[in-house]
Amino acid sequence: MVVTSVERRPGTAEDAVAGVVPGEVVRPASVQEVAEVLRETQREGRSVLATGGRTKTGWAPPPASVDVLIDTTGLDRLVEHTAGDLVVVAEAGMRLSALQQRLRAAGQWLALDPSEPGATLGGVVSANASGPRRLRYGTVRDLLIGITVVLADGTVAAAGGKVVKNVAGYDLGKLYTGAHGSLGIVVSTSWRLHPLPATRRVVVLDLADPLDAGPLALTLARSTLTPAAVEVHATTGGSAVLVVVFEAIPESVRAQADATIALLGGGRQGDDLPVEFGQRPGGDGDIVLRLAFAPAALPAVLQALPAGTGVTASACTGVAYAALAAENANLLPAIRTALAPHDGTAVVLSAPTDLRRELDHWGPAGNALGLMRRVKHSFDPDGRLAPGRFVGGM
Amino acid sequence: MTARLTAPTPAAGRTAALTRRLREAVGVERVLTDPAQLRTYECDGLTNFRVTPGVVVLAESRQHVIDTVRLCAEAGVPFVARGSGTGLSGGALPVSEGVLLVLSRLRAIGPVDPDNARVVVEPGVINLWVTRDASPHNLAYAPDPSSQQVCTIGGNVAENAGGAHCLKYGFTVNHVVGAEVVLPDGSVVNLGGTAPEHPGYDLLGTFIGSEGTLGVATSLTLRLVRAPEAVQTMLVGFRSVEDAAGTVGDIIAAGILPAAIEMMDALAIEAAEAAVHCGYPAGAVAVLVIELDGPEVEVDAQFAQVEQIALARSAFETRIAQSDAERALMWKGRKSAFAAVGRISPAYFVQDGVIPRTQLPQVLTEIGRMAAAVGLRVANVFHAGDGNLHPLVLYDDAVDGQAHDAEELASEILELCVSLGGSITGEHGVGAEKRMKMAVQFTSDDLDTMQRVRCAFDPDGVANPGKIFPTPRLCGERPGPRTGEHPLQAAGLGEVF
Ligand SMILES: Cc1cc2nc3c(=O)[nH]c(=O)nc-3n(C[C@H](O)[C@H](O)[C@H](O)COP(=O)(O)OP(=O)(O)OC[C@H]3O[C@@H](n4cnc5c(N)ncnc54)[C@H](O)[C@@H]3O)c2cc1C
Repeated sequence: MVVTSVERRPGTAEDAVAGVVPGEVVRPASVQEVAEVLRETQREGRSVLATGGRTKTGWAPPPASVDVLIDTTGLDRLVEHTAGDLVVVAEAGMRLSALQQRLRAAGQWLALDPSEPGATLGGVVSANASGPRRLRYGTVRDLLIGITVVLADGTVAAAGGKVVKNVAGYDLGKLYTGAHGSLGIVVSTSWRLHPLPATRRVVVLDLADPLDAGPLALTLARSTLTPAAVEVHATTGGSAVLVVVFEAIPESVRAQADATIALLGGGRQGDDLPVEFGQRPGGDGDIVLRLAFAPAALPAVLQALPAGTGVTASACTGVAYAALAAENANLLPAIRTALAPHDGTAVVLSAPTDLRRELDHWGPAGNALGLMRRVKHSFDPDGRLAPGRFVGGM
Repeated sequence: MTARLTAPTPAAGRTAALTRRLREAVGVERVLTDPAQLRTYECDGLTNFRVTPGVVVLAESRQHVIDTVRLCAEAGVPFVARGSGTGLSGGALPVSEGVLLVLSRLRAIGPVDPDNARVVVEPGVINLWVTRDASPHNLAYAPDPSSQQVCTIGGNVAENAGGAHCLKYGFTVNHVVGAEVVLPDGSVVNLGGTAPEHPGYDLLGTFIGSEGTLGVATSLTLRLVRAPEAVQTMLVGFRSVEDAAGTVGDIIAAGILPAAIEMMDALAIEAAEAAVHCGYPAGAVAVLVIELDGPEVEVDAQFAQVEQIALARSAFETRIAQSDAERALMWKGRKSAFAAVGRISPAYFVQDGVIPRTQLPQVLTEIGRMAAAVGLRVANVFHAGDGNLHPLVLYDDAVDGQAHDAEELASEILELCVSLGGSITGEHGVGAEKRMKMAVQFTSDDLDTMQRVRCAFDPDGVANPGKIFPTPRLCGERPGPRTGEHPLQAAGLGEVF
């Protein structure tokens, strides 16, 4: 049976997800249409994968199959923005950049700054995307206050709400954050907002040795300074720059920038961010890794990578991106082993096409993998949602 | 309500057999069965719900917890975890014929790791101890429930506890980065860790706030925050509730994010004054306690701005704490408010609704109207910055029918919160008390979906049954065509369960 009202067309090479061409592309215009599509695919036993801005479809391993690709960009309404409550509700297909533009008029923003400008809210949630300002504002899990999803069987379910404080029921928003579409399709999101900061001041310090970034970041973390971001752009075995960003009222950012230069023993200040700020290293030919580790382990992490690797690290938070040259693909297990004592993990974000199928994208998922499988089974018993993309081949 | 059983039931027989095995596993002295002792555990902070547990286990080690849960699972007997029992929604309400697993003796607190700003603690550690141990390193544990001198970290994690300063710093879930959890089948998993993220689902985020229904935490890794350079606290008196509420809105609209904005109305002030002599402005119909923290220049500038905003809303007194002692006194009035109400009323219900902050004035007017209609008084204490109300419904249990009227009123207030787009609980949890109200806030599809999580963690429903959900969901295979290989089979983990 075919759902006639939904916009649909055959998949093409342009629609490929990590090299897998979908059988069909549908573009629902409402939550009800998403539910219809899922009920239909359930009856027919077809696999489903949702996309938003397609900025991160290359993330995660290639899907085992994509019979139906659900393009969520038709769900792009801003449902509700109550400025006085610092809360917004928007559909999942809305682009983050479009949302930010609407919020700017009220002097507010959603404090997430991932590097992909075209990302949709659903994509940001599903990929758990974040940027340098996670140091100050946290990540999706700290800002998402409500979610509506459509399950594999077409059930539409909501959790959380549109108030910043709420402990009624399980927090399904956490479960869907970073789930890569494996538990259902995110259709609507509510967020806690922040006021746009009045001014910015940036301190940049060149480092001859990237390993110095670790102790300097620790010095900053131990001070009472309140930077929005502390970023390190480094080439292992080469040099690095440390970028410290303050965003607050004018008198505060100036005083803090001065104090930072005194504390670091050098650096220059200005109002502008360096061009590389917020960018991940690497290009199409590289294996881009997302590293997470105990925050103080940054030097050990840099040492675990081969010389010449481009790294962007959110220094005080324990998150970094590294661009591993394709010819170093065989070093991935050794890198993981070196990170392990620091509770560190390395996840492959993207990789050259020919390497995709052989790389272990996620690495070990710990002793809760069995429990994760039970969660997956409870939500998607037939394994039809984004099959093969998640940890443990789920 | 406590039911005394006269004849042994099959469940009682099962409990007796389990008791023998528990004694062998954890030691006779840690297994309580004496009725008088059992009754001391019959309720938590919500004293109008009482059930005497079948057995109480006083765990002293992680292994005791694992053994107890495993034996319960094998016997098919439900268990309820308990920390300090200060919960206000009946979350730790025992199950008769079930096991009450008391964790308050698991009190080891690890060394503070100042470089990573982390500390590992056992679940029975008291909230305030964490900041006590962290403060020599200029670090603090941010979540600060008013009960922080007595409540446990395990209980905080289960309830996703908040506190006055969560307006700026967030809730328990934003400050716990790792947990060791004994699942309801007795197996142990590590969720999260020291690092900020890990591959796979955020089961840690899912576990926090699950009110003991997904397993028992035996170890928690906490994130500590740097103590701010400056803290300033102001107590502001108003002649109308609307002006106080308006000030809250204006502060937020000015782009200022205070560490805390707390509000109390006339009745709550009267109670606090009687109990702790906090010296709040005489004649105030409402007070705000406003705290700003951060870099000194920022706090100074914004504090002056906040004062102007309050004066523009006709504040008749703005008092600035000149010392830590003065600050402590300002907070004492607020933090003791619940207990203080006992001074002005023989009995009361504490409620915990949330509304969008902008609805504050309307809600207060409406609560006043509803209370007047049934001839009861309501004292309002709340985390005004994030719209979390704690209406205290006062009544006299000696007067026939008043307890019932008060309960009705409290319930209607929650429905009012939901109708305005809010929630039935901001920090105290659903527990046994508000589970029927879940159906007001959520659809049956929403609740069924949440219970899919429950089915993954606890398919037999032995962990704290009868809490959160109005009706349990049976965890079985759902009908419908099966296609492709089951993810468990695919992983070689055997048959469908
Ligand atoms: C005067 C007063 C003021 C309060 N103020 C606040 C406040 O400002 N903010 C706030 O959020 N709360 C407040 N509370 C409520 C209460 O203190 C919190 O909910 C607290 O987190 C409960 O901790 P507890 O150790 O007493 O837990 P308990 O009441 O013993 O248990 C609470 C829940 O946690 C579960 N649980 C306990 N330990 C574990 C574990 N290790 N693993 C899994 N589940 C577990 C129990 O099963 C139960 O469901 C207040 C209470 C009082 C009496």
